[in-house]
Amino acid sequence: MFVLGTDIGSTTSKCVIIDETGEIKGKGLAPGGAGSDGPYKALDMALAEARIAQKSLSRTISTGYGRNLVDKKDGTLSELVCHALGAHALFPDTRTVIDIGGQDAKILRVGEKGRLESFVMNDKCAAGTGRFLENISRALNVRIEDMTAFAELAENKIDISSTCAVFAESEIVSQLAHGANKNDVFSAVFRSVASRAASLANRIGVMRDTVMTGGVAKNEGVRKALEEELNVRIYVSPLAQYAGALGAAVYALEPLTNDRGKIQ
Amino acid sequence: MSENKQARTVLREIVDSVYRRAWEAKERGEPVGWSSSKFPAEIAETLGLAVCYPENQAAAIAAKHGGQRMCEYAESMGFSNDICAYARISLAYADGAPCEEKPVPQPDFLLCCNNICNCMTKWYENIARMRGIPLIMVDIPFNNTVDVPDERVAYVRAQFEAAITKLETISGKKWDNKRFDEVCANANRSAAAWLKACAYCAVKPSPLSGFDLFNHMANIVTARCKPETAAAFEQLAAEYEQSVKSGESTWHYDENYRIMFEGIPCWPVLGSLFKPLKDSGANTTAVVYAPAFGFVYNGIDEMARAYCKAPNSVCIEAGVAWREDLCRENGVDGILVHYNRSCKPWSGYMFEMERRWRERLGVPVVGFDGDQADPRNFSEAQYQTRVEGLVELMAAANAANSAQ
Repeated sequence: MFVLGTDIGSTTSKCVIIDETGEIKGKGLAPGGAGSDGPYKALDMALAEARIAQKSLSRTISTGYGRNLVDKKDGTLSELVCHALGAHALFPDTRTVIDIGGQDAKILRVGEKGRLESFVMNDKCAAGTGRFLENISRALNVRIEDMTAFAELAENKIDISSTCAVFAESEIVSQLAHGANKNDVFSAVFRSVASRAASLANRIGVMRDTVMTGGVAKNEGVRKALEEELNVRIYVSPLAQYAGALGAAVYALEPLTNDRGKIQ
Repeated sequence: MSENKQARTVLREIVDSVYRRAWEAKERGEPVGWSSSKFPAEIAETLGLAVCYPENQAAAIAAKHGGQRMCEYAESMGFSNDICAYARISLAYADGAPCEEKPVPQPDFLLCCNNICNCMTKWYENIARMRGIPLIMVDIPFNNTVDVPDERVAYVRAQFEAAITKLETISGKKWDNKRFDEVCANANRSAAAWLKACAYCAVKPSPLSGFDLFNHMANIVTARCKPETAAAFEQLAAEYEQSVKSGESTWHYDENYRIMFEGIPCWPVLGSLFKPLKDSGANTTAVVYAPAFGFVYNGIDEMARAYCKAPNSVCIEAGVAWREDLCRENGVDGILVHYNRSCKPWSGYMFEMERRWRERLGVPVVGFDGDQADPRNFSEAQYQTRVEGLVELMAAANAANSAQ
């Protein structure tokens, strides 16, 4: 038996297929969220990896901003519960989830069995989200995955004072124009993102284990900056970006097994 | 009580008549005022002066989708988009911006009371300057204690007396204490009936949605001193009582959850605001904004004391207590907080209120970004996600309670 979880985000689409034991059998990630062909590409990738046809899927649950725009199949669920379930599946002792996605940052308080207890989210502004990192990446012509290497070479601590993603970008360009080192700038960018997330996290309190999910979790520089801000170790799975889709799949499996199983 | 019409129809007609009378007064050459929502309405009513309410007008314009156009007009006049959208709409209207959504006569005098907020002061000062008209100001200091001290009551009462004198000069009319007593009696009767109607939200299932109260607020703001308003509110309460007996409700959906909606609604997007709530059966059974306009007093000192208290003029302890009492009495399962970009004084202390509610009430609290009148500050997708999260938390809490 196979079930599918799809997470149609603002910038990427993710799909995870698990079997009745909760083991991941296939996954797919494609750029492009709701309204693009990303969801279909991600599904094709997951089906190919699982080596099954779509008709073999017993149940499908969708989450993410585009959840209502795709074939809803068996239901939809907010990404809040899905990230809580997904993080719990990856790290069973999870109590706090920091999920920074393309346009949202959210802090989830998670109980036993991955039950969502409380959450706070960013306001309407995209500062401190993946979109901010994308803007900086584009402005400075450095790939997001390469930013950490630059930041690790930082020598001077500089601050980005603006809380607006657009103005922060101009502030960075201005700092570079005044001779600031690129490495120092990237380090400051990471601290800026971390500081926004830490402020949110402190509103509901941070409990161990603390796990980071979402696309920005892949960024080692942000994770380290967050660990410093919050003074906790932050766990990140190589599947962090799939946490929402995985949680949706876990939820899809529940009524079929009455057991969430352990994800391998 | 009107025998044939439902209370909501009567209430709407009363508000329409307030504005109709203002137009008629203007045509007769009588001075027409613009008043902030919690200026002591008893004063102008006693003198028989026609008054319009820019906050009510701005909400109506916003609900009819004219808010963004008016806000942009005000911004082109040089007003920052960081200030209240009601203020921007009103300033644009006072400048002559075309507006068919809710036309009102231009003002000949202004009645401003900053118990609502301090943005109000500058908003009215600007209109006074733009149009060259007198501004009568009643200053209510922020109440940093739960009780209002006597010296503050004396300060406010003295301003009432000064306002009366100025209005006598502007209008050429004479103050009549007997008429003032009648007007106060009407206001008290309206307030008592309004509070009684609001209290029906506590019944399970509720015979109404809190959003109905937002709609009826126009009456408690613009016409609370009129006997017909008191009668219509009494009819409204009687209708709710009848609905309780017959098991009917203006909320036509399941009442799976009961929530408090904190703040002013986003008038331009009421449909978007309502949809995820009705889809999940989350009825709004507590709103602080509506009963905040209902207060009963005895004598002018108590009246001055009552006007000292408004959502933005009381300390956080009083603000938290109001809402906590309401949540307990009305049995809410969760709280949805509107972080209103237009109303920074109100939204500013919500972070701390949220923390206290979680701690003391033990219910989930979720916030969303929006605006009372500027649709550019609201994202439907973000709102929907937050409401769904709130519903999922309430569902989990209810399931846990059932399992115990």
